[in-house]
Amino acid sequence: MWKDLPLYPEQASTIAQPVDLLYFFLIAVSAFFALVISVLIVIFASKYRKSRPDAKSAHIEGSTLLEVIWTVIPLGLTMVMFAWGTILFFDQARMPADALEFTVTGKQWMWKVQHPTGQREINDLHVPIGKPCRLTMTSEDVIHSYYIPAFRTKQDVVAGRYSELWFEASKLGTYDIYCAEYCGTEHSKMVGKVTVMTQQDYEMWLSGAVANETPVQAGERLFTAMRCITCHNSTSTARGPDLTGQFGKDVRLASGASVNFDAEYVRESILNPAAKTVEGFQAGLMPTYQGQLKEEDILSLIAYLKTLGADKSAQGAAAK
Amino acid sequence: MSSTLHTPAQHASATKGAKERDTYLTADYGWKSWLFTVDHKRIAVLYLISIMVFFLIGGTFALLMRAELMTAKGDLFEAETYNKLFTMHGVVMIFFFLIPSIPAVLGNFLVPIMIGTKDLAFPKINLLSWYIYLVGGGATLYVAITGGLDTGWTFYAPYSSTYANTNVAAAAIAVFITGFSSILTGLNFIVTIHKMRAPGMTWFRMPLFLWAQYATSLIMILGTPVLAITVMLLALERTFHIGIFDPALGGDPVLFQHLFWFYSHPAVYIMILPGMGVISEIVACFSRKRMFGYHFIAFSSLAIAIFGFVVWGHHMFVSGQSAYAGFVFSFLTMLVAIPSAVKVFNWIATLYKGQVSLETPMLYALGFIGLFTIGGVTGLFLAVMGLDRHVHDTYFVVAHFHYVMVGGMVMAFMGGMHFWWSKMFGRKYPEAMGQFAAVVIFVGFNFTFFPQFILGYMGMPRRYHQYNDEFTALNVLSSAGATILGTGFLMTIVYFLWSLKWGQKAPQNQWDAKGLEWEKAQSPPPTFNFEDGERIVVTEDAYAYTYEESHTGSGHEVKK
Amino acid sequence: MSDHAHSTTGLVHHFDDIEQQHEAGTLGMWAFLITEVLFFGGLFGAYAVYRSAYPEAFMRASSHLDVDLGGVNTIVLICSSLTMALSVYAAQKGSKRGIIMGLLGTMFFGAIFLGVKVIEYKDKWDHHLVPGDNFIFEGNPGGPEQLYFALYFAMTGVHAFHMIVGMVIICWMIKKAHRGDFTPGHHPLVENFGLYWHFVDIVWIFLFPLLYLIGAHSGSHT
Ligand code: HEA
Ligand code: HEA
Ligand code: HEC
Ligand code: CUA
Ligand SMILES: [Cu+2]
Repeated sequence: MWKDLPLYPEQASTIAQPVDLLYFFLIAVSAFFALVISVLIVIFASKYRKSRPDAKSAHIEGSTLLEVIWTVIPLGLTMVMFAWGTILFFDQARMPADALEFTVTGKQWMWKVQHPTGQREINDLHVPIGKPCRLTMTSEDVIHSYYIPAFRTKQDVVAGRYSELWFEASKLGTYDIYCAEYCGTEHSKMVGKVTVMTQQDYEMWLSGAVANETPVQAGERLFTAMRCITCHNSTSTARGPDLTGQFGKDVRLASGASVNFDAEYVRESILNPAAKTVEGFQAGLMPTYQGQLKEEDILSLIAYLKTLGADKSAQGAAAK
Repeated sequence: MSSTLHTPAQHASATKGAKERDTYLTADYGWKSWLFTVDHKRIAVLYLISIMVFFLIGGTFALLMRAELMTAKGDLFEAETYNKLFTMHGVVMIFFFLIPSIPAVLGNFLVPIMIGTKDLAFPKINLLSWYIYLVGGGATLYVAITGGLDTGWTFYAPYSSTYANTNVAAAAIAVFITGFSSILTGLNFIVTIHKMRAPGMTWFRMPLFLWAQYATSLIMILGTPVLAITVMLLALERTFHIGIFDPALGGDPVLFQHLFWFYSHPAVYIMILPGMGVISEIVACFSRKRMFGYHFIAFSSLAIAIFGFVVWGHHMFVSGQSAYAGFVFSFLTMLVAIPSAVKVFNWIATLYKGQVSLETPMLYALGFIGLFTIGGVTGLFLAVMGLDRHVHDTYFVVAHFHYVMVGGMVMAFMGGMHFWWSKMFGRKYPEAMGQFAAVVIFVGFNFTFFPQFILGYMGMPRRYHQYNDEFTALNVLSSAGATILGTGFLMTIVYFLWSLKWGQKAPQNQWDAKGLEWEKAQSPPPTFNFEDGERIVVTEDAYAYTYEESHTGSGHEVKK
Repeated sequence: MSDHAHSTTGLVHHFDDIEQQHEAGTLGMWAFLITEVLFFGGLFGAYAVYRSAYPEAFMRASSHLDVDLGGVNTIVLICSSLTMALSVYAAQKGSKRGIIMGLLGTMFFGAIFLGVKVIEYKDKWDHHLVPGDNFIFEGNPGGPEQLYFALYFAMTGVHAFHMIVGMVIICWMIKKAHRGDFTPGHHPLVENFGLYWHFVDIVWIFLFPLLYLIGAHSGSHT
């Protein structure tokens, strides 16, 4: 039975192996201390076993030298763990620039995924091998957590925010996806499979799955359909600020502060425009779209706004 | 001794015979004399009974959970029932068993005796805190009976505030109420230790148990109010939908996590420091030796209490808090682990050249050292951000906290109960049974929780009602272990109860130990702890065990 | 803190002497006040988070409070602190009349404060500014303005609750003072209660600017 028990799940992403290495390092340190401690206990408890009822112990009050030693050595070791773990974590926190962009929406109790090319799937995820994939995730209700043990990665998915996760799959196969944050009755059924495929297979799969609009296309459609474009365009009479090329830049607010034009800010501007007013524009003019746009729509709008200005042709289309 | 509280005990003690002395247990009879007592020792007994009730309730929930987890399919209970089981298990075990366990039972009983005074500073407030605890506990049982609670003991919003269908508001109020009982206990201990030490009982003559209680009390009075306000906001949000934690209204669910862990991380030290205090007492007594590095152990308790307040973010590395916040929290968590390590090493050094004997309390103490070390170092795995991304919210975490809470604090509680049992009730527990049960519990414990480390690293998420087939073997092992563990606890409870009536009568100082509670107070002590009129004056350091002269002065051993 | 002041000597059985008993009482009170600081601290923390997230909404919402009433209440509370201090002074001097007058004064100002709060709460209720399903802010439902009002009610509500508790204790103390329980050598109850009352006032000194005075008041009352 023990032969079949692996000690770690499959290593199917580029970071799996570094994480396991760190894990083994910690096991080694722990095992060392556990061993030293239990051996000392056994030795002391037998060697200094009370001999006679009236036997007396030695007079020892302590030793500053020893205290220093057993403060400094563990401290040093924890600093190594800390540094190593932090480097790994920051590697995972920094998003690669050239990644495939997926969007994920968590909802009691399913995962809704959209591929960069527009295909959607529920619970499952298909990714090509050897390509960084970046997931922009939000929730429609409670907090969930997207967890792929084989990739050694997870990230909470919170309503009202965007969280991001990336990985680069390194081994073909099918692995589990779990929801790791408790989210209610069917929390343990909020699971799926991630399938790592070769580039060709992935493309085959994409062509097989019915492609909807891509997020950018959907965003562009919504931008017109929801009449954003009537105020946000680059004409001189526009009532709202020009959104072209804004994504990622800082915006000055009427209050004098400035905010970064990022996904969260766009979301807030759409759902709750009064929260922050752009310098030089009328507060309260932009209506709220609360209740009119779904989380996925907002994700699409964000995807579209990202491309605005990054790519001149898309900008032209919007401004006309 | 002019007192306005004319307890019958005093009248009785004036006329008492030389032989049959009055103890706090026999000073007075009838349920009223218990329910309206202000004697810290009786209150300790009241607490003991109540926390044991909650321990059995929480333990039963645990066994039901383990029964469900025997198979991969969720076939024994509905998913919802399972969720209620682990939630109630966590809430009951943490708030109604573990937090009050050592402070409210052993602490209540021993703090005044150990510093040589008659009672805690505020005896009525002490009684009040027990009643508050009962009201909170009653409210929790009410919630348990009327549909349960399914939010997890962490109450994360917005699930708890908006989506759960169970009685979250009532549960929040129950926790809110119970919080005050722990605040009042902490307040009482702090004032007592500051102001009521007997002449000669300087800070550095105090037994280390008192240092641990003092540090715990600091956390209780500084942390608990924040929990109170947090669950109050949760109850308001739940009832009136004011938006505080609701993202749809601009509220921030992650703020809830910050507020919750601001208390609940320090609270885990409420759940270990008193245990560490007990272990210090036991190790010194059963090595018949002065504590190695007394000052280091004393100050490490304070260090843990203080640093414990700045590491809460380590529960939230993947919650969406910024990576830089995580960086700081991870770093601080490493620092807070060091004082714990210092304690472990000092305990072991105390054994060196001692006169070690292995009665039941010592078995628990040595078990504690081993299990707490495992629990503690696996805490480091979690504090390392790169690893926590993988093991967060898996069974690895579950194993970690059971190792520290059950392997640590519950073992210390068991050790302490065996150590002071004769002091509390005047009877000895059967020693052979005690040792046997200690071994059963140790073995059962490891079978239950060690497999969960592996499960966790393999990726099994916690709070899962059903799981993938590949995890079955380890889960069965864990459930089997839980049965052994439960049997061990059951045995202990039975022989403790048995000994109350049939146990051998204990002498005043069963272990030939140092400390006022052994040297100056009978077993069980009289209502005012010490012989009438005796004013305790302390002239020795703690643990002044006699020693072999020949060993003094050799090398660096005697420094400090 | 009911353990003091039991009889004329007031020494409770487990203390060595009255001095130790007083010190214990005072330390207990300070420790209790520290828990109170943290209790409010949680609310102030939440306030800080949301105010920095929604500065403009907080300013807009704040302009719906009545600075005049808040200002009056601040003065009222300062007066009550003064009368409380006079009462403590009287207790030290052993003036039974002084204690009672001081306490009555404190009671009086406390009542005014609460009365004004009731008026303010009523006004919020009438304008649908009480968080919950009926909340409407300048014609819109929900939004961060509601958070402001949620915090406003939570903070001032908890504060008012402390005042009410304080006033109940005052009634009880007046009764005791009347009975002559406070002798010159024995007045820790009055002193400790004084600490409590000043603490409650200080909390308001923080609440007032944070809730009432955060800009945007200029002319937005129309
Ligand atoms: C008694 C309770 C208790 C105690 C004492 C601890 C102690 C510690 N805990 Fe634990 N913890 C919990 C109870 C406790 N914990 C609970 C209940 C949870 C989960 C809550 C939930 O989500 O439901 C949790 C979760 C938890 C997490 C979050 C995990 C997650 O959700 O992803 C983290 C992360 O850092 C952590 C870390 C630590 C650390 C570093 C310590 C340290 O204090 C440990 C220090 C001790 C040692 C290190 C051992 C002694 C040292 C040696 C013998 C020397 C060798 C050591 C070195 C080389 C340094 N704990
Ligand atoms: C003080 C704290 C404490 C204690 C003592 C325990 C004790 C135990 N816990 Fe605890 N546990 C928690 C605190 C604690 N737990 C917390 C905080 C959680 C997280 C909850 C959450 O996610 O919200 C948790 C979660 C948790 C889980 C994870 C659930 C999940 O995530 O899905 C599991 C699973 O095995 C478990 C098992 C056990 C077992 C087997 C014991 C055993 O040690 C219990 C032993 C006791 C008894 C068995 C009772 C005594 C004997 C009898 C009643 C007689 C009858 C028995 C027999 C004859 C066999 N606990
Ligand atoms: C009636 C006019 C109007 C409509 C329709 C409108 N907006 Fe706006 N929008 C504004 C004005 C005015 C501002 C600047 C004032 C402010 O920030 O509130 C603004 C600000 C913004 C901002 C912040 C801009 C910056 O530079 O910081 C974003 C993003 C935005 N709108 C997106 C949208 C989207 C997406 C839609 C459609 C779904 C939309 N708007 C519809 C008028 C409008
Ligand atoms: Cu979604 Cu758990
Ligand atoms: Cu913690």
